[in-house]
Amino acid sequence: MKKINTPLDLNTIKSLKAGQEFFLSGTIYTARDQAHKRLTEAVNSGKALPIELRGAVIYYCGPTQTPKGRVIGSCGPTTSSRMDAFTPLLLTKGLKAMIGKGARSKEVRAAIKKHQGVYFVTYAGCGALLARCVKKSRVVAYGDLGPEAILELEVKDFPLIVAIDANGGSIYG
Amino acid sequence: MRKIEAIKITKAVTELVRKASFFLRSDVLSALRKSYAAEKNAQAREILKAILDNAAYARKQKLAICQDTGLPVVFIEIGQEVAVRGDLKAAVNKGVGEGYKKYYLRDSIVSDPLNRIKSKFSACIMHMNIVKGSKIKLTLLPKGFGCENKSQLKMFKPTASIKEIKDFIVKVVRDAGADACPPYVIGVGIGGTADYAGFMAKKALLRKISSRNLKLENDLLREINKTGIGPMGLGGINTALAVHVQSYPTHIAGLPVSVNISCHALRSASVTL
Repeated sequence: MKKINTPLDLNTIKSLKAGQEFFLSGTIYTARDQAHKRLTEAVNSGKALPIELRGAVIYYCGPTQTPKGRVIGSCGPTTSSRMDAFTPLLLTKGLKAMIGKGARSKEVRAAIKKHQGVYFVTYAGCGALLARCVKKSRVVAYGDLGPEAILELEVKDFPLIVAIDANGGSIYG
Repeated sequence: MRKIEAIKITKAVTELVRKASFFLRSDVLSALRKSYAAEKNAQAREILKAILDNAAYARKQKLAICQDTGLPVVFIEIGQEVAVRGDLKAAVNKGVGEGYKKYYLRDSIVSDPLNRIKSKFSACIMHMNIVKGSKIKLTLLPKGFGCENKSQLKMFKPTASIKEIKDFIVKVVRDAGADACPPYVIGVGIGGTADYAGFMAKKALLRKISSRNLKLENDLLREINKTGIGPMGLGGINTALAVHVQSYPTHIAGLPVSVNISCHALRSASVTL
């Protein structure tokens, strides 16, 4: 399978087509419901963001606690559509790629096209298997949210399927 | 009358947490293997293979099958000839809390649904039932919320046709699409009251896959698999592994139908004390 790395440059993003599979290596950030709410509030009130969104890859994930001797616990994707309301704004702030599971709204699909981003899905309900692809993990923001904190993950050969590409193509029809 | 110490219940529940979280149910595994063998769509096969590999890896490494270790739902059947020494509910809650901590699972519960307070492990859901005998049966169903979110209830008119009911159940699955981690197990509760139909739909998920096959269940499974949603919504013939229907007497004025979806990581474990 083809491999891609972060940061994802525009040419790479433009070359991705819905349905294609890749292995991703590099840095990604976890963020789910409450982290999205806080990031959005920060943007709207003009406050500094705790992570650099420009060029970022966000993974919709809230892992289990980390068992002793491991980098991370089970860490599969959560349902992306719950983040739909927040996504267009984050794309205007430079977010480039998202990883999750399930379909997205029309608005998100249009925003992905407009801002030349990409939405990937990964093996849903396979959190144990995906933990193998995470080489480093640390909390970078909102630690008080527990499993919903923003983590910076170093991943190696993380399996992805392009679900919505920068041309508006989608595996969901 | 037989007596049982609350601490025994706590320990048993902690063990159920371990079993349910690390070891996929054998009937679910068999159903997934059958689906994998029957699937022709290459991408769907690949995903089903990953799901099977994930279950094997979780078992071997003592990792949670899914990071969403669920909202713990505990079904408690208490024999009418057994008495618990101590606080039964507290014992169950303690067992769940200790298990989630001990096995590094995700505490996904907020103690207040509106202000979303995240404190230490909060109470789980308990369904108590008094039965004959002197034993206590405990069943833990850690319910993931990606799929719980796709549950629906419809109060039909008593004159509704079977076709209308079937169409509704299939529509619930279509509405879920790929969001709730297909292939699904679909629990359906028909009859009773709104809340009881919901309870039956949830309880239907505990039934062993292939343990019974009603015509209605087979028809629904066929219809659901015709939707072509497939694993992760990428197509194929495996949108659901099984449909389990439970029914109960209801009122002449109504016909409640509740659908509770489970993802492919349908986890539960039982013990009788």
